[in-house]
Amino acid sequence: MSTVETARRRIPDRLDTPLKGTLLSWEMLLVAVALGIFVTNSLASPYFLNPWSLSDMTFNFTEKGLIALAMALLIISGEIDLSVAATIALASTLMGMALQSGADTPTLVAIGILTGLACGAVNGALVTGLGLPSIVVTIGTMSLFRGIAYIILGDQAYKGYPAGFAFFGQGYVWWVVSFELVLFAAAAVAFWFLLHRTSFGRRVFAIGNNPVAAQFSGVRVNRVKFVLFCLTGLMAGIASVLLTSRLGSTRPSIAQGYELEVITMVVLGGVSILGGAGSIVGVVLAALIMGMVTFGLGLLNVPGIVMSIFIGLLLILVIALPIVWRRFFGRAM
Amino acid sequence: MSAVLRHREMLLVAAIALMVGLIAMRFPAFARPGNLATVFNDTSILVILALGQMVVILTRSIDLSMASNLALTGMLVALTNANYPEVPIPLIIVEAMTIGAVLGAFNGVLVWKLGIPAIVVTLGTLTIFRGLTFVVAGGTWVNADRMSADFIGLQRGMLLGLPVLSWFAVAAIAFFFLLLTRTPLGRSLYAIGVNPSAAVYTGIDVGRTKFIAFVLSGAIAGLCGYLWVSRYVIAATEVANGYELTIIAACVIGGISIAGGIGSVGGALLGALFLGIISSALPVIGVSPFWQMAISGTAILAAVILNARGERKQGRIILKKAEAA
Repeated sequence: MSTVETARRRIPDRLDTPLKGTLLSWEMLLVAVALGIFVTNSLASPYFLNPWSLSDMTFNFTEKGLIALAMALLIISGEIDLSVAATIALASTLMGMALQSGADTPTLVAIGILTGLACGAVNGALVTGLGLPSIVVTIGTMSLFRGIAYIILGDQAYKGYPAGFAFFGQGYVWWVVSFELVLFAAAAVAFWFLLHRTSFGRRVFAIGNNPVAAQFSGVRVNRVKFVLFCLTGLMAGIASVLLTSRLGSTRPSIAQGYELEVITMVVLGGVSILGGAGSIVGVVLAALIMGMVTFGLGLLNVPGIVMSIFIGLLLILVIALPIVWRRFFGRAM
Repeated sequence: MSAVLRHREMLLVAAIALMVGLIAMRFPAFARPGNLATVFNDTSILVILALGQMVVILTRSIDLSMASNLALTGMLVALTNANYPEVPIPLIIVEAMTIGAVLGAFNGVLVWKLGIPAIVVTLGTLTIFRGLTFVVAGGTWVNADRMSADFIGLQRGMLLGLPVLSWFAVAAIAFFFLLLTRTPLGRSLYAIGVNPSAAVYTGIDVGRTKFIAFVLSGAIAGLCGYLWVSRYVIAATEVANGYELTIIAACVIGGISIAGGIGSVGGALLGALFLGIISSALPVIGVSPFWQMAISGTAILAAVILNARGERKQGRIILKKAEAA
């Protein structure tokens, strides 16, 4: 389609880009980076190239990746949601409460997903109903949602989830293919279709490029944005079910800092933080890259806090390099 | 416009007074000047940080890396003190502000020269600085027995009845008040936030001014790195983890618009005090500290809803004036 840096200013006059454009696109850059990291990991650790290792690696990005898919649409529309990790904490806490009163697995899953949806709806209502900036609203709801989890749980934890509940975060569909991975793949296809093949997706891009023009073209801007906030909350609710199932316990500090990792994934995937440009393929590749970097460094016994240096550098370098390249070679990369 | 601003700050003053008044009805000791001075001292670091953040927010940017900058600088000055206890404390403060400013300049250059949005740059440096804190200390920490008496004692000394830490906050308030209201740089910071295109046409270098704002917020974060480490007598990787959002919350509650161009030193001060009073009051009135997070979340939402209404009103006033003219 179009390149990330130019889409805000240049509207493509035709939809199929020439081969050269495809080869130089952001997604190809990400594929190259992903391949490079894959080869480096394989050379650096003898334990990396092993079906079970690679399967374990996918757990590093599936939950965050699910949220990143919806967050990509939200950021393309020019909004942002910093409350997703707090939503996970609140949904997980409410699931734990239901567990204490003897809820069965289907009820737990429903509570987790519906809590996520409700949190998204609260954000959406505050942003679209009252016309408030989403970054501030979601900093507020981030404190509020996690704050409620702290009020309910304090320094306690919920444990003892039923055996059937463990499947969502720990189960395998076939051989090394986990349920989480299948769900992520299915969601990626669904979001790709929604963003790139439906009129709803075109509206999301239109709003991100120029909300006023979109409004005058008959796009119900606020309704689309509200739906996107609900979708993001819904995905956070699903991620909460997966994470709670995988950990088998709930603490109010669950998923601390996930919001920044999710946003890093989205931005690394080539979505413009200013809105109006981005692709689902890029976000999926970015999720894969972040999963491989953290897993590969983990195999080398690098502490998590040091890994975060690499993630931060990756984010800045991947965005800065094309800009520097264009400045010196005078053309888009 | 100044009437609206004053109105908004008066609202916050009233909210704070009401809060202190309600607490004082049950616990009169809370409102005694001595205790209020203690609350101010406990909030001093947040006040200073909120002022630094405000300068960046005014230019339509945001600095998410302040808390990580604070942790890294705090660790570096604590290591300096642990290994070279003979280095005088004023030099330590200069070191802290210089390191902080360099880290801020790194953010600033990426925003200025490469045009990367501030939220992306500082999201990256947030994790980088925090990770470097771990690396420079080799995963260990510096605590009381490795810090010199002067290093810990400076901010605890009393000057005219107030601890030196409080005077740091007072000095920061005075500095930023003069900077924002009495210098061309201060006017440029507002001008960029209100209308960046118009700012360019009036001859303001938008990129360079943003760079200066990041250097300022960095230097402030560095200074607070020393203050934090010497106050809590521990330098560790987790110092002030997640505090960047508390700083932004203080700014938002203080009426500083995240869209840039609106905000005042008084607002930042009151926003920080609001959060500080809540955190000191909760144990007094016997509410579990676990309520703190939900209360500040509610306060942020209430503040942003009230401020949005204020901003809309302000627009109408301008329109009316235009009609009258």
